[in-house]
Amino acid sequence: MSHDSVDKLVRMANQIGTFFVAQKHPEGVASMTDHLKKFWDPRMRNAIVAHVDHGGAGLDPIAIEAVKRLKHPAGAAASELRPGEGGSDG
Amino acid sequence: MTLIKEIDYGTPESLSVKSVTLTIDGKSVTVPEGTSIMRAAMEVGTEIPKLCATDSIKAFGSCRLCVIEVEGRNGTPASCTTPVAPGISVKTQTPRLAAIRRGVMELYISDHPLDCLTCAANGDCELQDMAGAVGLRDVRYGYDGANHVFARNNGEVNFDWKPKDESNPYFTFDSSKCIVCNRCVRACEEVQGTFALTISGRGFESRVSAGMDEAFMESECVSCGACVQACPTATLIEKSVVAVGQPEHSEVTTCAYCGVGCTFKAEMRGEEVVRMIPWKDGKANHGHSCVKGRFAYGYAHHGDRILDPMIRESIDQPWRVVSWDEAVGFAADRLKAAQEKYGKNAVGVITSSRCTNEESYLVQKLARQGFLNNNTDTCARVCHSPTGYGLAQAFGTSAGTQDFDSVDDADVILVIGANPTDAHPVFGSRMKKRLREGAKLIVIDPRRIDLVRSPHVEADYHLPLKPGTNVAMVTALAHVIVKENLVNLDFVKARCDWDEYQDWAAFVADDRYSPEALESVLGVPAADIRGAARLYATGGNGAIYYGLGVTEHSQGSTTVMGIANLAMATGNLGRRGVGVNPLRGQNNVQGSCDMGSFPHELPGYRHISNDAARQAFEKDWGVSLDPEPGLRIPNMFDAAIEGTFKGLYVQGEDILQSDPDTRHVSRALANMEIVIVQDLFLVETANYAHVFLPGATFLEKDGTFTNAERRIQRVTKVMSPKNGYADWEVTQLLANKLGLNWNYANASEIMDEIARLTPSFAGVSFKHLAEAGSLQWPVNDDSPEGMPIMHINGFARGKGKFVITEYVPTEEKVGPRFPLLLTTGRILSQYNVGAQTRRTENSQWHPEDILEIHPHDAEDRGVREGDWVKVASRAGETTLRAKITDRVAPGVVYTTFHHPNTQANVVTTDNSDWATNCPEYKVTAVQISTTNGPTDWQHQYRELTEQSRRIASTIDAAE
Ligand code: SF4
Ligand code: SF4
Ligand code: SF4
Ligand code: FES
Repeated sequence: MSHDSVDKLVRMANQIGTFFVAQKHPEGVASMTDHLKKFWDPRMRNAIVAHVDHGGAGLDPIAIEAVKRLKHPAGAAASELRPGEGGSDG
Repeated sequence: MTLIKEIDYGTPESLSVKSVTLTIDGKSVTVPEGTSIMRAAMEVGTEIPKLCATDSIKAFGSCRLCVIEVEGRNGTPASCTTPVAPGISVKTQTPRLAAIRRGVMELYISDHPLDCLTCAANGDCELQDMAGAVGLRDVRYGYDGANHVFARNNGEVNFDWKPKDESNPYFTFDSSKCIVCNRCVRACEEVQGTFALTISGRGFESRVSAGMDEAFMESECVSCGACVQACPTATLIEKSVVAVGQPEHSEVTTCAYCGVGCTFKAEMRGEEVVRMIPWKDGKANHGHSCVKGRFAYGYAHHGDRILDPMIRESIDQPWRVVSWDEAVGFAADRLKAAQEKYGKNAVGVITSSRCTNEESYLVQKLARQGFLNNNTDTCARVCHSPTGYGLAQAFGTSAGTQDFDSVDDADVILVIGANPTDAHPVFGSRMKKRLREGAKLIVIDPRRIDLVRSPHVEADYHLPLKPGTNVAMVTALAHVIVKENLVNLDFVKARCDWDEYQDWAAFVADDRYSPEALESVLGVPAADIRGAARLYATGGNGAIYYGLGVTEHSQGSTTVMGIANLAMATGNLGRRGVGVNPLRGQNNVQGSCDMGSFPHELPGYRHISNDAARQAFEKDWGVSLDPEPGLRIPNMFDAAIEGTFKGLYVQGEDILQSDPDTRHVSRALANMEIVIVQDLFLVETANYAHVFLPGATFLEKDGTFTNAERRIQRVTKVMSPKNGYADWEVTQLLANKLGLNWNYANASEIMDEIARLTPSFAGVSFKHLAEAGSLQWPVNDDSPEGMPIMHINGFARGKGKFVITEYVPTEEKVGPRFPLLLTTGRILSQYNVGAQTRRTENSQWHPEDILEIHPHDAEDRGVREGDWVKVASRAGETTLRAKITDRVAPGVVYTTFHHPNTQANVVTTDNSDWATNCPEYKVTAVQISTTNGPTDWQHQYRELTEQSRRIASTIDAAE
């Protein structure tokens, strides 16, 4: 992914985080993870996961937490991708 | 096939539940109390002669042709203005009545030209019919006295005579044929609500005129045609009838312009449309229409329409006309090649909100079954996707909660970011009717839309908030409702999640959301916000109507949820007269969403990760489906620029003109290896296309549209497609080249498949639609005839969900470089990107896009009325002409986006709604300066367009 598009994903993720951080029920981070799984296609999710692996510059704390959960078993979808579908941080 | 003739009952239906029994000509009749004797007679098939009465408007009682006798009463009352009474006995024909009627007719005819044989209304003239009905054989007064008929009397100029008014492009007004029955005037007032017509003068001198004796085009007239339809003579008549003659058969079909979904009788002569007459039984429009649906169908025959398929190797080449087989073959090969080279997710589709349900269904099926991915989206993305997300969160379904008729029971109407009189005109007229009956009105909009002040309608509150502050506004309203104890706690306790409510109430009660604290953010006096909140919460049935001014923001989804919060907190849901009503823009926005056009959802709003739903489709389609969501339109563009998305099939959408940040979109399109555009014209997107597949108009195909009230209605083919195929057939050709083996013989079979696989459509079929006229989904075992009002006994999701709506200012902020906020909208006569309406006479009302600017801002910049001005944002710049008006607040400028040369979207940015990526059209920080003419970009763009529209002559192509 180019810098341009990672920047855009960071912006989008922070926007989503801003909404969920304000919610009380259910817990914001889980809801945000769920939102990303439901609405972001795998290569966008892979790109943001890769970005977090590289430190997640620019992402708000809730967004970092939510993206991290994408990788854990509960939200394993991102790691189940077929090979060759983007996801590099190039 | 015959001409559908609707019965004219003479006066409107009475809604009383009490009934009255009387006798008419010896027959016993039972009708609701308040019914006129005229209508009661018609109920039993007795047609009393009439001229000034028609059932779309209230009785007037001026012509005296409809006289009757009532046993035991003196005189001969008019049956149109006399209500029924229990036990009376009415006679509709006696020698005395016959004599009165002949006398009346004689008077009319003595001031009417006798050119019936060459009159355009010949065969469809009520004056003619009545002369026959009353047995008029003789006119004693002669024709040489004072009259309105002849330009000269005995060589002298006749000052009573007026020339024909031909100023309106669609109808003529020939005063010499007018019988001054007043039907047109009342139709304009009661049905349309424009009050453009008046009767000037008295007695023999009285004349109908538009405005103060103006030409129709100079008057307030909006060309809805209600007066033309109401006119019993040839005085007001469609120019198309004058040109072609009377129609011989008709078919009922649905307007292809806006989300109101008016149904029409397409009145035909052979395969030629003579005129469109709004259908009285149409449940969305009840016999009314606007200028677009009634008159603007001429684009179907416009010379710009492309009728043959075309291809080209690359977009710098001229187009080459080829056979259908070659075109779809070329398209299929390139799509396959792109998938082989870049992976299966490298291609996708965009379905159209203008095409039918059946067509959208097939296009998303092509992606899912053919490409084996979920890269399908629809232009609803750029308008109402936040509605889908927001309402699904709050209520469990994304649907609007009411039918249009519900507005008749509303006591307080709250309009947020919508301009119904321009964008949903027929519903706007309904709303105005209710407002004239006394309902209260609150308008929340940066601009003073027509509804705020128009004849006999005045908003109780207009809250002209700064663009981009909707969430702050709805939360401030909620603050007042909670703090002043105006919450309907019974409703909330019974119907909503109580814990979530309490969290929400504590959140909105915070002082930072008080109207006083937000006054400077919103730019609206706190007292007005408090007044509006109190009125909505306590004024009786409160109904919210909202539009793109809510959704097209970075916090669009949040505002939708904030609106749902307001309705739940005040208990304004689940019955007539209340609700949350998204006014959807294009004709089939609702349908294209229902049909699974979104990348994360199968038809019927079931998430693609839902195994049961997916398996049903897998079984039917014989493939295994990808359980992961695909790309949304903006994500497709991003992926294309990055080089991972290479092919796109676009049906009936002009994404280059309608999507924000034009430069970004054109860069994305230029990066693709195969762009297939299916449309009527070489639209702007086609500049970047390799394959052009000609589309069909709504007159040329069968199918269904679903309007803003979830109402599924039939579209009927009235002429053979000039391009050879209906749009669903074109998709089928392409699918079969991709090896999918589809075999739909007609649109009805597609609907059967939809019904089979979509629970909320289970009971829908063309047969059922023919019987019912229309159906509002869900149509299933629980509601076999559909559901006009939702959430009556509980929400679709169970308990209603209150969502916390924290206000986050948009990133699009004004600053020294871009100190003004640009917001966009639409106007009545043009439709969306204008590809159709610009190719009709509707352009006479709106030849170009105009920038509205407040006098202060104009003066600061030395801008005068009509000057060319440059609008610059961080994304780009364009030029248009300025109009100075205080309809917009200082600091705000406004324009429409109907014309490609304006390229308003060159200046809009790529900001978008957090949840759905719906673009933020409604807020762009800009600077305005005077200029001499179009920008370089506009020049370059025009050149590019000319280049890319070249079509090689057939000889070249043969080489
Ligand atoms: S066309 Fe419509 S707006 Fe114009 S005068 Fe007739 S009824 Fe009124
Ligand atoms: S224009 Fe037609 S409807 Fe109007 S008053 Fe004259 S005859 Fe009646
Ligand atoms: S454009 Fe809308 S309001 Fe006008 S006729 Fe068509 S559906 Fe009705
Ligand atoms: S129709 Fe009753 S008075 Fe004209």
